[in-house]
Amino acid sequence: MSASDDGYDHGPKGDHHHPAPLTDVEVRVRALEELLREKGLVDESFIDAVVSAYENDIGPLNGARVVARAWVDPAYRGRLLTDATAAIAELGYAGPEGDHMVVVENTKVVHNVVVCTLCSCYPWPVLGLPPTWYKSAAYRSRLVREPRVVLREMGLDLPESIEIRVWDSSAEIRYLVLPERPARTEGLGEEELATRVTRDAMIGTARP
Amino acid sequence: MNGLHDMGGMDGFGPVQVEKREPVFHHCWERRVFGLVAGSAARRLAGTTAAFRFAIERMLPSHYLRASYYERWLTALATLLVEKGVVTREELVGRAGDSFPLSQPAPVLHIPTSARSQAPHFVVGDSVVVRNEHPSRHTRCPRYVRGKRGTIVRVDGAFRLPDVAAHRDVPCAEPAYSVRFSTRELWGTAAGATETIHVDLWQSYLEPA
Repeated sequence: MSASDDGYDHGPKGDHHHPAPLTDVEVRVRALEELLREKGLVDESFIDAVVSAYENDIGPLNGARVVARAWVDPAYRGRLLTDATAAIAELGYAGPEGDHMVVVENTKVVHNVVVCTLCSCYPWPVLGLPPTWYKSAAYRSRLVREPRVVLREMGLDLPESIEIRVWDSSAEIRYLVLPERPARTEGLGEEELATRVTRDAMIGTARP
Repeated sequence: MNGLHDMGGMDGFGPVQVEKREPVFHHCWERRVFGLVAGSAARRLAGTTAAFRFAIERMLPSHYLRASYYERWLTALATLLVEKGVVTREELVGRAGDSFPLSQPAPVLHIPTSARSQAPHFVVGDSVVVRNEHPSRHTRCPRYVRGKRGTIVRVDGAFRLPDVAAHRDVPCAEPAYSVRFSTRELWGTAAGATETIHVDLWQSYLEPA
């Protein structure tokens, strides 16, 4: 998308010379923002900094580094499973929606997957902002009812012999799934392992 | 409140649609909404996180379903700023030039006032039943576990009870737990036998089984 000078898209057909009319929601956002700015309640540099942080710095690579460290360092894995908030903070990751972390570990017989049925709670410091599908009515309504079917539809076909544990983050705890280390990765270093860890594997809708 | 937001177990929404290589924000206006909400939170203009969630839950159901995630954020922020007197509805409508849909007013609410215990009443392994209550206020007790029997699997610290925090900015911490339910307890005999659902619940929502 191309941002025009006023920070709005002007719709998909807009260009610099012939901007498309603003959509209804864009009109509302601009109205509220103008009013707050006139009242001295908008701090541009704060908004730019927070948006930039979530677009550029705070994302799934943070969680992937946590997972990779746990794969190579058994003592770290132990701390991660007993006090996840502190263990994640060791790597420098903390902040809103990450104050009370719990890490749930996949094994040969247990697979974990996370949802928030009431809104879209998600561990921002380690995964960034949630993808649209995580916030969708389909995922929120169905995962707690038919998790095995939903995972299969999303490409993860788990046999009945594997117990599926669904975690509905309905209070203050935010969850991160610790996937099993893939086979034949013994020779890989921590940084290389981190590149194998996907966002969806840490939500639990995929395996690395 | 028994709102549309409480989606666990509902039918009809179809398959989960996954967008490949999704950007963090799809439109510039979403960046602005995210920044305005974060900025308003930093200035304490719009109340607690629980109040923000309740404002989303109070959207007209038809608007809630139609709106994208960040349109819900916009609606909740504008609603709370009007209710706090930071801006007026007339200012918003005048500036938007047409209409500015806000969430519905909060109904007359029963807010718990009794003293809460910060001491945990349950330990790991205890059997509990979720109280079958349907308050019109904000609550984080999903409908799909009310009246259901589960087992405590983790005792967490004390956190502010959202049923109070959404409505009054007063001390209201009490213990929360992770409670394990079998899918068959929740959904009947057609549900899978090797699936468990864990829901994080405050002490007020639970009683001994």
